[in-house]
Amino acid sequence: MDQLSVAHLLGIKYLKPSDIELIFKTADHFKEVINRPIKKVPSLRDITIANLFFENSTRTKLSFELAEKRLSADVINFSASQSSLKKGETLIDTVNNILSMKVDIVVMRHAHVGAGVFLSKHVNAKIINAGDGTHEHPTQALLDSYSIREKLGTVKGKKIVIIGDILHSRVALSNIFALQMQGAEVKVCGPTTLIPKYITSLGVSVETNLKKALEWCDVANVLRVQNERMDINYFPSTREYTQLFGINKEMLDNLEKKIVIMHPGPINRGVEITSDVADSEQSIILNQVENGVAIRMAVIYLLAEQIKK
Amino acid sequence: MSKKILLNSKDIEIILHRLACQLIENHNDFSDTVLIGLQPRGSFLANRLVQLLENDYGIKELKLGLLDITFYRDDFRRRSEPLVATSTEINFLIEDKKVIIIDDVLYSGRSVRAALTAIQSFGRPLNIELLVLIDRRFSRHLPIQPNYRGRQVDAINEEKVMVTWKETHEIDAVYLEQK
Repeated sequence: MDQLSVAHLLGIKYLKPSDIELIFKTADHFKEVINRPIKKVPSLRDITIANLFFENSTRTKLSFELAEKRLSADVINFSASQSSLKKGETLIDTVNNILSMKVDIVVMRHAHVGAGVFLSKHVNAKIINAGDGTHEHPTQALLDSYSIREKLGTVKGKKIVIIGDILHSRVALSNIFALQMQGAEVKVCGPTTLIPKYITSLGVSVETNLKKALEWCDVANVLRVQNERMDINYFPSTREYTQLFGINKEMLDNLEKKIVIMHPGPINRGVEITSDVADSEQSIILNQVENGVAIRMAVIYLLAEQIKK
Repeated sequence: MSKKILLNSKDIEIILHRLACQLIENHNDFSDTVLIGLQPRGSFLANRLVQLLENDYGIKELKLGLLDITFYRDDFRRRSEPLVATSTEINFLIEDKKVIIIDDVLYSGRSVRAALTAIQSFGRPLNIELLVLIDRRFSRHLPIQPNYRGRQVDAINEEKVMVTWKETHEIDAVYLEQK
């Protein structure tokens, strides 16, 4: 033990519960490190990491880059808008060119489902999936579970509702896998048009009434409506979405217990969540961001461990 | 595997008292001094010294921190078994403090080298001293020597020095084991 059972982090579904526990334990140590006056350790000083973001990202990229730098790795960044992809180069060629510069770990975000798995079969580097299309976003799910564990002591036995655009969300899918693996009960809530038809086959229940969902849960993980992934209208108007699925302070105050509010960001204030909810004591949104760095440090450290000298 | 006893609990008690007295000679009331036990094994010795200094010698408000050096080691990715971290508990700054690093056995000196780097994450100390219970002579890989030592031991590389504490093994003792 004390080693990951996988060679890459491609998705939560490839992990075992013991992997998640190991990542969390390691993240505990890194969380302490990033709260020191000097927030850096020299472990990865001879490791080079390439951040390949074929799809836009701000916070995930920043979080990964900070995690890598806190571990003393050398970092190179790449974004699709400045690349030769537009000149017709294939993904494998692009990545192999980068690997020729002696890169050990690749962090990749890509619009296509399975891009990470594909790459892991064709290139000689550790791959970390930072989001592949609507498929998985494993580090986000890990940091979400880690934040729940930090706030409530454990994930096991907790009731978590994921609210919003489940259909287009890689965060939702990775979260479902991660939460279930740790023994949580998961419900999804949103407009029926934004809930995948066969979602119940994953063992989650569906609730279309937001009030009932909030009454049931210990934690509400609120997702953004991903307008950029929508080719058709899934609901009549943003205003109607907010009326039916937007969370406001009054709703929370009327609940019998204090539930925890999470959001992976970016928040559309006033759409899926009001400002007073996002900034309330019940919200752990900013803790999620801090924990994201610790979790990513843990994942990178544990994968780098496998690259023997 | 044969096992020879180097120090029994009475020997250790005498040594701990001597080390406590030597520390008091150099650090008076410890107002500018902090003790840092290296995790995991040095923390038992550090805790024991703190108890002794407080209970038997009346030193008040000693600052004790525990430092994990896993992420500073120079053998990451070079071992067959992965390194396992333990917690760091230092709830004070060491800026301008006299630091005493405490560990049970000084062997190659590499752990202490890592600790010297790690400690800098908590500020710039005024100076750093090293206290060890067992100093294994002739086995150093680096130019590091202790300021306070319990007992100097000559052991060959095939031998292992094991320290057990009442807290974990019901008995205070130091053994020499044939690997």
